[in-house]
Amino acid sequence: MTLRTLLAIAVGISAAGAALASDYIIVQSTTSTANSGLYEEILPRFRAQSGTEVRVVAVGTGQALKNAANCDGDVLLVHARAAEQEFVTSGFGTARFDVMYNDFVLVGPSGDPAGVSQTQSAADALDRIAERQAVFVSRGDDSGTHKVETGLWRTAPDAQSSRWYRELGAGMGATLNAAVAMGAYTLTDRATWLSFGNRGAHQVLLEGDPALFNQYGVIAVSPEHCPRVKADAAQGFVDWLIGPDGQSAIAAFQINGTQLFVPNAK
Amino acid sequence: MFDFATAFAEAFALVFAGDAALVQIVGLSLWVSGCAVLISCLLGLPLGAALAMTRFAGRRALVVAMSALMGLPPVVVGLTLYLMLSQSGPFAVFELLYTPTAMIIAQVVLVTPIVTTLTRQVIEDLDRDLSETLRALRASWFDRVGTLLWEARLALVTAALAGMGRALAEVGAVMIVGGNINHATRVMTTSIALETSRGELALALALGLVLLALSLGINAAVLGLRDRAEHQVAHG
Repeated sequence: MTLRTLLAIAVGISAAGAALASDYIIVQSTTSTANSGLYEEILPRFRAQSGTEVRVVAVGTGQALKNAANCDGDVLLVHARAAEQEFVTSGFGTARFDVMYNDFVLVGPSGDPAGVSQTQSAADALDRIAERQAVFVSRGDDSGTHKVETGLWRTAPDAQSSRWYRELGAGMGATLNAAVAMGAYTLTDRATWLSFGNRGAHQVLLEGDPALFNQYGVIAVSPEHCPRVKADAAQGFVDWLIGPDGQSAIAAFQINGTQLFVPNAK
Repeated sequence: MFDFATAFAEAFALVFAGDAALVQIVGLSLWVSGCAVLISCLLGLPLGAALAMTRFAGRRALVVAMSALMGLPPVVVGLTLYLMLSQSGPFAVFELLYTPTAMIIAQVVLVTPIVTTLTRQVIEDLDRDLSETLRALRASWFDRVGTLLWEARLALVTAALAGMGRALAEVGAVMIVGGNINHATRVMTTSIALETSRGELALALALGLVLLALSLGINAAVLGLRDRAEHQVAHG
């Protein structure tokens, strides 16, 4: 190791120390927004305008809701509307706002053995997968995507008895890695899919069903429930996200020329 | 077929570009694991020596327990520590969750049993050889512990290195209590997990190779120093 590398590491350590000293808020976020690179695009803009550093903890929606309910975050950004509304009515959050949307897509091997690309709706596509007993991997982790997936089946597959339906208990990325390796179908949000590097020969086989709408919401954690929360900075971030500056920052985020999220705050 | 050559090329590119983000991540990894091993040695060396040289009721049980704790699953340590440091946990006032300090504490819990157990073994063996001499010299208990730790210092370096290996390699604990926050608590192993989940498998493996090289460098440096010290002991 050269002296220059050693020096660089020392600078790295002190930079990490300096970052600790400044003022920051913690966002409990779903992984899809974090893995896509959205935050790297929009957070520097927010910091430039407000001076507040935003630290993102990316976990599944289920875990994000629990962490925020434990007061281990100042802001919650997830995609499971019913659970978000319950979070607010339970007194954990101040109010819920729509931020942006995109959609879920059904991906699978390009050969499409179950023929889902010939169907028009997600429910029909899943029926076919069940009929043909084509392998389908489910997140199985109580995440936003998992909740949507389980709600799409006309007849819920039994993970115990049906060998073709495999519950992973893993994040979106791990599930996609597994789906590609197994040649299996799975449901994913479009942002994760577009930013995913290991697609193999997998393709989007079904999209555009209104049932696949994917709404993201943002909630500031309630200072009444969590006295130590940084309420002002948290509300500042929420207001920025649903305001014109945040909304245009979200709209500007693209991967390979494709916009990943459509801002739709009211 | 995954292209392993790409991963190697990417690893070299990362290192030689001196990528600022990588430097920060490597720096934090070394800082967190280095602090954890240092603290674990401060706790584990005396504790291991005491366990080796003291006979008391329940000693056997404690020895077995320490040995078993070497196999603590990091994710369990992370989860337990999360529940304690959480704002709804008993240690909320310290506001340590999602900080490098929390990560150091988690790794101390993982590394201390390793240092303690290996120290106990080394000191026990050495005590068998030296106990008569030390008794003849009428050395006090504390003098004996000090003498044995000093005499065993070269062997104990291996104990510290084993601890460093565990600390640098684990991902389960630091992921939960650190949160893998960019520029704040992201270390080598959590970066590898993140890039894997993003499907950037070549980059993930490249980071793995950098971590491996780092571990190799630390071990070569420490063992090199140890050999030189041994040489001096033999001829000095």
